Amino acid sequence: MELGSFSDPSQSTFSLIDEDHTFANAIRFTLNQDPRTKFCGYSIPHPSDNRVNIRIQTTGDPAKDVFKDACQNLMVMCQHVNRTFDKAVVDFKMSKSVDGMDIESNS
Amino acid sequence: MSSDNEDTTSSSESEQSDSGRDTLEFIEKLSDVPMGKLPTHVDFQRTRVDCRADAPVHTDTFQYSGAYASMGVDNSLLDNFSNNFRVEVIRLEKDEMEFDMIGIDPAIANAFRRILIAEVPTMAIEKVLIANNTSVIQDEVLSHRLGLIPIKADPRLFAFTENDTANETNTIVFGLKVSCEKQAKRKGPKREGQEQEGQTRITVKSKDLVWLPNGSKFTLDSEGSNSSSKSKTYTSFSCSQDSLPEFSSNPIGPTDGDITIARLGPGQEIELEAHAVKGIGKTHAKWSPVAPAWYRMLPEVILLKDIEDQMAEKLVATCPVKVFDIEDIGNGKKRATVARPRKCTLCRECIREGKGWEDSLSLRRVKDHFIFTIESTGVLPPEVLFTEAVKILLDKCDRAINDLC
Ligand code: SF4
Repeated sequence: MELGSFSDPSQSTFSLIDEDHTFANAIRFTLNQDPRTKFCGYSIPHPSDNRVNIRIQTTGDPAKDVFKDACQNLMVMCQHVNRTFDKAVVDFKMSKSVDGMDIESNS
Repeated sequence: MSSDNEDTTSSSESEQSDSGRDTLEFIEKLSDVPMGKLPTHVDFQRTRVDCRADAPVHTDTFQYSGAYASMGVDNSLLDNFSNNFRVEVIRLEKDEMEFDMIGIDPAIANAFRRILIAEVPTMAIEKVLIANNTSVIQDEVLSHRLGLIPIKADPRLFAFTENDTANETNTIVFGLKVSCEKQAKRKGPKREGQEQEGQTRITVKSKDLVWLPNGSKFTLDSEGSNSSSKSKTYTSFSCSQDSLPEFSSNPIGPTDGDITIARLGPGQEIELEAHAVKGIGKTHAKWSPVAPAWYRMLPEVILLKDIEDQMAEKLVATCPVKVFDIEDIGNGKKRATVARPRKCTLCRECIREGKGWEDSLSLRRVKDHFIFTIESTGVLPPEVLFTEAVKILLDKCDRAINDLC
């Protein structure tokens, strides 16, 4: 849910249900990395509410677009992490099995 | 120790003027930095946590893309993230793995850790139907113990329970029926559940949980008198789970058969049914697939000055995890070297005794290098858990984008 003003779309607060620091902190990072962000921060209004408010003020672009791009960037990062991780695991398993074969052939 | 470093201690009375002069000297010594590059001390603040004897400094991360705009440096990591990000697997075992995640912000690394602990779903016993329990352990305590047993079933093959309907796609049923005989056969061959021959008590282990692929065997009371051919049970399975290809070759059960559930004395018995459902660690820790997942930043131990002979030996003896070694540099002289910096726990014991040590040793943490350890409960292999965690973060982004449209 977006809370902002019609006259100035460059600043609004996004209220996300069922999210917590996990997502909010990660998205704050990608938002901060976007040069269009003038200010961003998040708060959890009450610990028993499962809701987080993310405030974004931009240099001019609509806050909604910047927020969406930040999500997109985070997704790109995740995909890259996944690919790199999978490759590292496969490489590790390969090198292990090669080592294992060495031991067998030596003994 | 302060006598080691005369020029900083002898000429100054207060800490303030001391550090003020140090700073001035430091700035004067700085060489010109070309535009588009960070001066070394700023770069140091950006990439390292400096652990001093009293407290760590430069602990925060510089996330804002324009943080160094005046120096012509773009701080947005995003563009070169794909070039710099690396993963190195250190250890990979059945239930445990350690890997280095390099070139990522703590915000993201922490998201993965939090998701691993609280949001990767697993199956765990949620409902226990107790038909008989004459053991000394109370029903609720027994149920709690059962809940904590990790169940080896791929949670991706199951759905979350909706409106309390239990069927073959969302529930796993286990039966438990054990009883300890009266003392009739105290002597004789070793019986099931006995640790020693002739023992009168038996231990109920998790391996006594029997998977019931056809669902519950307990009939609902209200339907009991009904004349329908098949009386209703607590679950409504439309087919047997072991007829499904995923489970026929890979029967479901506890990850470990040797978990003690209860002890039974002579004449006591337990008869119950346990229903496992899918859930996440946020709801209850029994659904957490890790035990647990954590990371630490890579420690860096730097010798700023040569530490020789007696001092070197003292240093080697001080460190509880043996970070330092001694090398011979000829003429019977010895010098301390940093042999195993990765082992450093940053206990700061080595710099505790006076300023002299703090001036010759620098303890640091690399801010974007995480030594990540995942210990799985056995539900899924650790590398699969991590991939699942990344997927969950992806889903979160997806949901946020869709919510806005
Ligand atoms: S901080 Fe502790 S573990 Fe690290 S080098 Fe010093 S004494 Fe060793």
